[in-house]
Amino acid sequence: MSSQVKQCKCRKETEQEKYERIGRIVDEYKDREGSLIQILHAAQGIYGYLPVELQKFIADKLGKPLSEVYGVVSFYSFFSTKPRGKYTIRVCLGTACYVRGGKKIVEKLQEILGIGIGDTTDDGMFTLEVMRCIGACGLAPAMMINDTVYKQVNPDKLQSILEGLR
Amino acid sequence: MGKMVNMVINNKNINAEEGMTILEAAKKNNIIIPSLCHLDCVHQFGSCRICVVEVEGAKNLQASCMVTVQEGMVVRTNSERVKKARKVLYELILSDHPKDCLNCSRNQNCELQKIGELLQVNECRFEGEKSKAMLDNSSPSIERDASKCILCRRCVTVCNEIQGVGVLNAQNRGFETYIGPAADFPLNTVNCAYCGQCTTVCPVGALKEKDSTQVVWEALFDKNKRVVIQTAPAIRAALGEEFGYEPGTLVTGKMVTALKEMGFDDVFDTNFAADLTIIEEGNEFLERVKKVFSGKKAVLPMITSCSPGWIKFVEHTFPDELDHISTCKSPHMMLGALVKSYYAEKIGIDPKDIFVVSVMPCTAKKFEITRPELKNNGYPNVDAVLTTRELAKMIKEAGIDFKSLEDSKFDNPLGLSTGAADIFAATGGVMEAALRTVYEIVTGRELPFEKLHVTPIVGLEQIKTAELKIENPIEEYAFLDGVTIKVAVTSGLAGARKLMEEVARGESPYHFIEVMGCPGGCISGGGQPRPTNDEIRVKRLQAIYKEDEGKELRKSHQNPFVLKLYEEFLKKPLGHKSHELLHTHYTKRGIYNEYIE
Repeated sequence: MSSQVKQCKCRKETEQEKYERIGRIVDEYKDREGSLIQILHAAQGIYGYLPVELQKFIADKLGKPLSEVYGVVSFYSFFSTKPRGKYTIRVCLGTACYVRGGKKIVEKLQEILGIGIGDTTDDGMFTLEVMRCIGACGLAPAMMINDTVYKQVNPDKLQSILEGLR
Repeated sequence: MGKMVNMVINNKNINAEEGMTILEAAKKNNIIIPSLCHLDCVHQFGSCRICVVEVEGAKNLQASCMVTVQEGMVVRTNSERVKKARKVLYELILSDHPKDCLNCSRNQNCELQKIGELLQVNECRFEGEKSKAMLDNSSPSIERDASKCILCRRCVTVCNEIQGVGVLNAQNRGFETYIGPAADFPLNTVNCAYCGQCTTVCPVGALKEKDSTQVVWEALFDKNKRVVIQTAPAIRAALGEEFGYEPGTLVTGKMVTALKEMGFDDVFDTNFAADLTIIEEGNEFLERVKKVFSGKKAVLPMITSCSPGWIKFVEHTFPDELDHISTCKSPHMMLGALVKSYYAEKIGIDPKDIFVVSVMPCTAKKFEITRPELKNNGYPNVDAVLTTRELAKMIKEAGIDFKSLEDSKFDNPLGLSTGAADIFAATGGVMEAALRTVYEIVTGRELPFEKLHVTPIVGLEQIKTAELKIENPIEEYAFLDGVTIKVAVTSGLAGARKLMEEVARGESPYHFIEVMGCPGGCISGGGQPRPTNDEIRVKRLQAIYKEDEGKELRKSHQNPFVLKLYEEFLKKPLGHKSHELLHTHYTKRGIYNEYIE
């Protein structure tokens, strides 16, 4: 599935092409029980986020009610119904990261970026999110920026990390 | 019976059937385990944990509604540990509950309240943040108050699995969880059929019908209004339950007396209009059959239109198949239209001064009366709909001692009905009533079934079918000689979906289909007394068939007042006046309420 999630780099995919690509994935997975989460994961990879219109498209193709699809999207913090920035910062607040200062990271990021949890900066660069556990407890406190994991994050170094991405 | 296992509950040796849950085995042996989220035959989820018990050898307490009995199992349902745990669990539910019981519509009729009494909880040790009060009163039928919801998910099961609609599901997670449509959409913007089955299973005051008692009281207190009330066939077989009668007790006469004592000016019977429906719908069916057999354009199977939950469902789900639906208005709308025309003329009252109330077993009817197409001369056919539950509340509020009432009769000319109308309340009833008349029109002979009951379509199965071979018809219907008429009956929207998928594929083998939106038909509609289960359904069903069999006239076309109505006013079935007052059209709503076309 990972190959399908990768963004095409040669040119910008149109809206219609994205929907078509998602549609093909739904067709491929729809007869497998419990495939909804995988489909949503792939769809978010392609579309960037999961607006209600896209959820309707997926629900219709799967023959499932929208309330069920939306229930799953709103349950898992990985899924977003709002557009994301170029970089999604996910700060882990699972038990290990929490006790080792994960909250301070969130506070510092909110201060630097001037946005709340779940929001995106006006320049479309950064989205700030909180996860309950990213499965990197040994590296606590940890955060992810897109697919990269940052270990033992020091709040004072956040400014330079972000600047390196701008 | 399956294999039996030996087990011990509270030091009592018990023989229980394999596959049973501990809860069921205990109940069979007169041991009461308090349970809250569990609902027999409907919902088995284990979310509230109130029914926990101690099972020897198991580290944690077990939810008795989920765990099945095992050979040699030793269970304690009332140990100190169990009792403590249940109280804590209950208090935790209370910690996020408004506790405004005294002014809650479910006061004295609330399962959460009952459990509190059963557990003897007399303190509430946990106070904390409360869920957001999300009141959704956007729909004319159903009101949702998320602050009262205890997340038992019975409504989710009913909406998704039993009705196959899927408007309600759990959204968000943790403390933010609520049960409702996607994205906080209000109920009136989604494809809710308004069947109200969710309101019959909700243990608390989170899901209920939209109140209409206030507007009805206002009308009754208004000296300038003539307030006319009608009651659906299913009310008389269920209203008694609200006053402590056994399910299946017919209270027709007492109900009419109560309505008169409350001050309604005319007490009519929707059953009269059910007979009328059979004349119109039966003739509509024969018209369609005639056209199809002579190669003209007409759509079969024809599908019944009495159930407004079903109608809204089909408008959302199969917007391209609406030609299959009979154009007949539902019976109470027909009666309302007649009250504000035929009857108004008869008694010399301006229809603007008439207020028509329908007592229905249904929440969808509350929406139905708001449909713009169901108006004549600018007046809605019906002004207010009360559910059976609401009527019971009003009778109590009026200070009427229901059980001691004498019987009285409905008023005429819109109060007399045949047995065919009674069975409109039960799944299969409309079809049977229609066949009693249609068969006789076509052949000149009585329907060839014992006691006139079309037995293959009687009962609670989801989909029932019957075949009827036409032999020696009268001359007008000679083309039907030797033809086998195939009919299907379903109740509950999941069954309706199955039959409609066949219709949509063009593969439906039937000529005529009856659909009732609620499982079992109107006898267990969304507005009927709680609880409703299969045992209660059967009792209400039997009461309805008893009412039918007790009538001298059992075929709609024998109703003398219906015949008089045609003679004096309507002239003929499917005539000009009928079309104006008794027939309607439908709207292509689409699954997301997008209004196709």
